[in-house]
Amino acid sequence: MEKKNNRYSLLLVGLAVLLVVGLVFTVGRSKKPTLNVYNWSEYLPAEIITAFEKEFGVKVNYDTYSSNEEMLAKLSTGATGYDIVVPSDYAVSIMIHQDLALPLDKEALPNLANIDPRFLDLYFDPGNVYSVPYLWGTLGIAYNKTKVEEPVTSWEILWDPKYKGRIVVVDDMREIIGMALQTLGKSRNSTDPAELMAAKAKLATLVPAIKAFDSDNPKGHLLSGEAWLGVLWSGDAALAGMENPDITYVLPEEGGGLWMENLVIPKGSRNPELAHEFINFILRPEVSAKLAEAFPHGNPNQAAHALIDPEILNNPASYPPAEALEKAEWLIDVGEATVLYDQIWTEIKGGR
Amino acid sequence: MSAIPGVPRVKIKSDEPIGERAGSRRVDRLLLLAPGMIWLFLLGILPLGLILVYSFAQRGTYGGVVLNWNVDNYIRIADPLYLGIFVRSLILALETTIICLVAGYPLAYAIATAPPRHKNLLLLLVVIPFWTNFLIRTYAWIIILRTEGLLNALLLATGLFREPLSMLYTPGAVLLGFVYNWLPFMVLPIYASIEKINRSLIEAAMDLGARGWQILVRVIIPLSLPGIAAGSILIFIPSLAMFAIPDLMGGARAVYIGNLIKNQFLAARNWPFGSALSICLVLVMLVSLFLYARVMRREGTWS
Repeated sequence: MEKKNNRYSLLLVGLAVLLVVGLVFTVGRSKKPTLNVYNWSEYLPAEIITAFEKEFGVKVNYDTYSSNEEMLAKLSTGATGYDIVVPSDYAVSIMIHQDLALPLDKEALPNLANIDPRFLDLYFDPGNVYSVPYLWGTLGIAYNKTKVEEPVTSWEILWDPKYKGRIVVVDDMREIIGMALQTLGKSRNSTDPAELMAAKAKLATLVPAIKAFDSDNPKGHLLSGEAWLGVLWSGDAALAGMENPDITYVLPEEGGGLWMENLVIPKGSRNPELAHEFINFILRPEVSAKLAEAFPHGNPNQAAHALIDPEILNNPASYPPAEALEKAEWLIDVGEATVLYDQIWTEIKGGR
Repeated sequence: MSAIPGVPRVKIKSDEPIGERAGSRRVDRLLLLAPGMIWLFLLGILPLGLILVYSFAQRGTYGGVVLNWNVDNYIRIADPLYLGIFVRSLILALETTIICLVAGYPLAYAIATAPPRHKNLLLLLVVIPFWTNFLIRTYAWIIILRTEGLLNALLLATGLFREPLSMLYTPGAVLLGFVYNWLPFMVLPIYASIEKINRSLIEAAMDLGARGWQILVRVIIPLSLPGIAAGSILIFIPSLAMFAIPDLMGGARAVYIGNLIKNQFLAARNWPFGSALSICLVLVMLVSLFLYARVMRREGTWS
């Protein structure tokens, strides 16, 4: 009798184990919604992702890229399953032109009201039909105050022979040819071949002074002391300044660059409702403040500013003075002229 | 039917027609080949065909591919600017191959002729760097070579130099990066060929009065030619297409063919031109493989 009992309990335990295992598997497989996010590397802190997963009971797959072109190339090859991508300004307009973006449902995005109106309704997406501002920044001059003692006001300082071999620039043809165009008093979106040739000649005189072209880690050259001056994006400059307070940043009087990354739902998203929830979540002031504290880029979320550490808001690299910003120029896709830019870039680096 | 010694006779069922057996054997062979062939087709031939088609297309205004069958991309490559980049890349790949050969041959010879108990250890030492990721090894070189780096600190400490040398972000640094990365690809095949050489051939040469250098030049080097050819091709081809080292150790200051192609697919969003450049690069590689095949065939007739 006892033995029989034992056998029964063994059977029961076995069944219970099977039940639990089965439950775990069905729950694991069951429709726990997933959101596939494709963002720049080092652009969204993990704690924000876990907070979203917890609150909405979903799973987020997070994938990263390091250039707009990489992301565009992937999207244009067909269904990728991504629900959120984060293109820069000009890349938003390319996505719209190539019919890769899904129109947003504004009613699902009440927190859009938190965004500073200065960052809405911009050239690349009038009326924000497809995109919501994420983070913004500029392109200017980062320099080491202990090595460059004179005041830095203009791109022209790069041509000063004193700094030959001490310059690092981002490895980006549009930004650097655009910088040369601005130095000549032209727009950095010029498509005029004569202006572009003049910019090429101007750049050719700078190239021997450039120590390195580097988009991945331009701040590293300033931090190691290899470079004293750099044409850098503001976020990199702010990070460098946090590591070494001697490194500071200025927008040149010619204008400098302006950029903004935006949240977009690509066509082919399998879960656009959840993607809207995600965008609305990112737009919450307390979430956006966390974002700004993790990565010192400009934050377009006005309501978040009250919650951000004032030291970050006073960083001249992240938040340049308003009058300097006024002359900063967006980068606009130049269409067919891209081929000419590419040719100039190759010629400069080909030593011709 | 005479029995071959050591090989058991296979009984053939007399009721089975020979033709059917041959047929099923052909099916077997196809089945064995199928995974490899499918793999080659899907990941080799098909993408290459796509690149070939794209190379006759045109860039769309927003960077798309407009297929209109024209040869403008190939005409553009004929521009001295791009030919110059091809030539520069060829020279760099050749320099890399020659330096690897000159540096790698003695090393391979030394390992092949080392006492057996040291051989494995020496081979291990050649291979150990490969246990670390290529990018990390390249970053290590950056730390060694930069102006405030290890090597300069050492040179300044000796007192022989007063000013730090500017070594990183120069063409020399790129060449160093290439040679460092590919050297084992030269050492291993040459080692394998020298190892295979029959010692009695060397003894015979000695008996016939050949001196040390004569043995090297007329016996050992010709017999290790397959290793030299294999190592050279293993280095030459990837060197042609490499873009990461010029970016990292050259500071992206000079464009090589690999960088040019990468730029077409990313920054310039000009896939058709990038495809045409890729096709030309493939042609250059085919020519070098053809030369390799000729060396190997001549080698085959000798032995």
